[in-house]
Amino acid sequence: MNKKLFALLSILVIAAFAITACGGAATEAPAATEAPAATEAPAATEAPAATEAPATGESVEVFSWWTGGGEAAGLEAMMGVFQAANPGIEFVNAAVAGGAGTNARAVLATRLQAGDPPDSWQGHAGQELIGTYVDGGQIEALNDLYEAEGWLAVMPETLIPLISKDGNIYSVPVNIHRANVLWYNPTVLADNGVEVPTTMDEWFAAMDTLQAAGVQPLALGEQWTKMHLLETVLLGSLGADAYNGLWDGTTDWASPEVKAALDNYAKVLTYANSDSSSLSWQDAAQLVINGDAAFNVMGDWAEGYFRELGKAPNTDYGWAATPGSDGVFQFLSDSFVLAVGAPHSDGATAWLKIAGSKEGQEAFNPVKGSICARTDCDKTLFGEYLQSAMDDWSSNIVVGSLTHGVVANDSWKTEIDTALGLFIADSNVEGFQTALVAACASSGPCK
Amino acid sequence: MKTQLRLGKYWLYIPLVLMTIFYLLPLYVMIITGFKSFAEIDLKTMWNLPHGIAFDNYIEAYSKLAPSLWNSFAMVIPAALISSMLGSLNGYVLAKWKFRGADVIFPFILFGMFIPYQSILIPLVQFMNLVGIKGLPGLAMAHIIYGIPITTLTFRNYYASLPQELLEAAKIDGADMLGIYRYILLPISMPSFVVVLIWQFTSAWNDFLFAVVLTGNRNWPITVALNNMAGSQIISWNVQMAGSLLAALPTLLVYIFLGRYFLRGLLAGSLKG
Amino acid sequence: MFRDKDRFLNILLISPSILAVLIFVYAFIGWSVRVSLSKWKGLTADYTWNGIKNYLDLFADPRFQIDIRNTLIFTGVFVVGSILLGFLLAVMLDQGLKGESFFRSLFLFPMAISYIVTGVVWRWLMNPAAGSRTSGLNLLFTNIGLDSLVNQWHTTPTWGIAAIALAAIWQMSGYTMALYLAGLRAIPEDLKEAARIDGANETQIYRYIMLPLLSPVTLSALIILGHMSLKVFDLIVAIAGKQLPLDVPAIYMWQITFDGLFYGRGAAVGVLLLISIAVLIIPYIRYTTKMEAEQ
Repeated sequence: MNKKLFALLSILVIAAFAITACGGAATEAPAATEAPAATEAPAATEAPAATEAPATGESVEVFSWWTGGGEAAGLEAMMGVFQAANPGIEFVNAAVAGGAGTNARAVLATRLQAGDPPDSWQGHAGQELIGTYVDGGQIEALNDLYEAEGWLAVMPETLIPLISKDGNIYSVPVNIHRANVLWYNPTVLADNGVEVPTTMDEWFAAMDTLQAAGVQPLALGEQWTKMHLLETVLLGSLGADAYNGLWDGTTDWASPEVKAALDNYAKVLTYANSDSSSLSWQDAAQLVINGDAAFNVMGDWAEGYFRELGKAPNTDYGWAATPGSDGVFQFLSDSFVLAVGAPHSDGATAWLKIAGSKEGQEAFNPVKGSICARTDCDKTLFGEYLQSAMDDWSSNIVVGSLTHGVVANDSWKTEIDTALGLFIADSNVEGFQTALVAACASSGPCK
Repeated sequence: MKTQLRLGKYWLYIPLVLMTIFYLLPLYVMIITGFKSFAEIDLKTMWNLPHGIAFDNYIEAYSKLAPSLWNSFAMVIPAALISSMLGSLNGYVLAKWKFRGADVIFPFILFGMFIPYQSILIPLVQFMNLVGIKGLPGLAMAHIIYGIPITTLTFRNYYASLPQELLEAAKIDGADMLGIYRYILLPISMPSFVVVLIWQFTSAWNDFLFAVVLTGNRNWPITVALNNMAGSQIISWNVQMAGSLLAALPTLLVYIFLGRYFLRGLLAGSLKG
Repeated sequence: MFRDKDRFLNILLISPSILAVLIFVYAFIGWSVRVSLSKWKGLTADYTWNGIKNYLDLFADPRFQIDIRNTLIFTGVFVVGSILLGFLLAVMLDQGLKGESFFRSLFLFPMAISYIVTGVVWRWLMNPAAGSRTSGLNLLFTNIGLDSLVNQWHTTPTWGIAAIALAAIWQMSGYTMALYLAGLRAIPEDLKEAARIDGANETQIYRYIMLPLLSPVTLSALIILGHMSLKVFDLIVAIAGKQLPLDVPAIYMWQITFDGLFYGRGAAVGVLLLISIAVLIIPYIRYTTKMEAEQ
């Protein structure tokens, strides 16, 4: 037994060495030769890894975090449009999941540090992209592309400055989500004689009524949803101009107006469920659907979730702009960039053209549950809520979201997040304001 | 089979059953959620049995995970075996051959276990690109190297607890260093190999961080596919749980297979008097 | 001649490991230290000298202080809990009961399950909602009449992290059990028989013979579990997301580095983590190697 065991172990070890050695430098692992179904890419070719292929424009590697559900389906639809228009280019779908791309961004960072960029990647339009990659000289300006494709005419005017720096446009937005949406359960409101609030004071009054009746007024989830709530309260309390001023240095974070807004925020938090820190955004939204809570503030991807649960708009759930922000569209957008030094810049440009095209956006957005960044998409392709969102998008004032990377760069947002965490723990508004002032000075435009 | 405790061992089943409940509770939730439809997933009804037993989730999970399954095997098996062998050899040298510096080299190697992996992701990727070892071989190599400290630790401690007479007797019989290893130590190392293989297999199989930075979508192992199945925004927990249970099966099989080697009395009879 | 050949073989056998560790551990740590002493913020590498400012900032940072507190609590509960539970399970399974292999595989299985799903299931189990929305373990306790066990789990102020340690114990004590089982099985029967002949009862055998012989196993377990708990990241994020009361250094490091792009600061957290692990573990190793030498 001993001898046999030893012999077996030796053989296994030798085999192991052989397998690893045969892998060799920069080639595909044995997986490529042994398992035909080893790839995730839709294209059927077994071409060597896209990053190793010579830069002939025969493939394009697109990096995103759209891997599941409606997002992946939308991406595949857009890929279909791409393949139809560019049959000679192989599309390599290098998506890595993780909420808001936290994993994808880490992988991207390591690749960029190692000098091995993908051709194009997904990022939230705005400061998340600009503050990170433009300052690092890692993405190209796309003004020529915009002119050639005539996008300046079809994208909203208020959007372009938010995705540019010094007159250069850096990304192609594919979709638009709205952040300042108040979801509510119509039955719960009706049962308690509460109207949909349009101002902060109306909201507080409504939530007081609900709380007195023993109904949970507000459903809230883990920390990032609290930041999401914060940005809508800031918008609702300060108005669009002052809100924008927070991010370009014209509004003073130490001002009494901001203090009043933060006081509002502290008050709103008192209406939230006590187990919020153990709920994901999905769980919190589900409370409203179940009738266990009346209101929930969340972006409009919640609507996609409600529909997946089989619920009907206006019957099972209703929506409105968050109190104080009627007429303002607080947006976030997933967009694609062109890498500096992209191995296949032709393929990448072809991809960007599709991403910004009417056909591409019409293929992606209805499936994903968002609206086109372009204003000329066909409304009939979209569901009831999304149609109303499209109307708002073309008519409202557009401001950017904080939580989802439009108005503040990553460093600033992380510092705000830390300040928020401390505030949630100790409810000290003055301390919170001081920390926010410091964050703006440290990573933002404030002096 | 000898009875350890004279007072009848059946009372032991009570604490064992209690422990079983503790271990089974989360598993129960995972299994039943894997059979639920998306609309049934709700905190309020988490303990309820699913309305029907449909294998849709498992089928969907399997179709998404299967392509990466072979990648995981191809990477994990060499990594686990090689790092175990290296650990055994290192442990042997460090425990039984007290050459000058052995007491320094051991902590030197051991320290490698302590690095937080997130903080060395960037130099790791840069180095792998530099030497041109990427994809699954690179990942296997990373697991082997970062597995050396812990495998060395386990074997070194195990060998250190063995009496020196064992080696002395063999030396008198004329065996040299490798001979002692091959004929004396290796046969009785099975329990340690079992423990080490369990750990290395599991940690290489379940690793996500190295896998996601060192491999791409053509060759990533099952953990990345599993993570991707969850999606980023709206997560289908029913499919995710089904997928996780499927992904855990190979590891479980390894545990069951290796468990047979938790044999007793491998040292029996090798000591005289 | 015998001596020299062995000496040569020793060095030959161990040098690949030393070389590998030199590069993959020490060189990389060196890079990390260099970054921690720099001003690097943003995606472009920036090694401008910054002295120990990153470290000083960290010690003044209230978030980091919460991290340290959480790590101490988590490590204490997790390590002690896993070792105790693992040892008890191993002793129970060592008795030669029927179904041993079933129980053994069952207790090991949690380690095989992905952290995402383990995290979310424990998140559901530990949901602290009250009243009509009670669910998870609290609901179970209420239903079987154990109301006194109902608690806030991981949302408990200050001590919430201990609840997450419970989930970690669930996941890892199977491995500690395996370690102890292997250790128990390696103890020769002759020793136990001899003691029995001398009149010792089972408890005494465990206490005076087996426990001492198991101390290398305990050392292994302490080191393995200890360093894991100091680096824990995935499980906490899966259960609780990224939130301040349950923050630990590894999460802080990830968020600061990859979400916030403060590379210098993130590296400083990493180096501090490393030092704290070393400070805790190395004296223990030296103590044990000294004990072994004395035997």
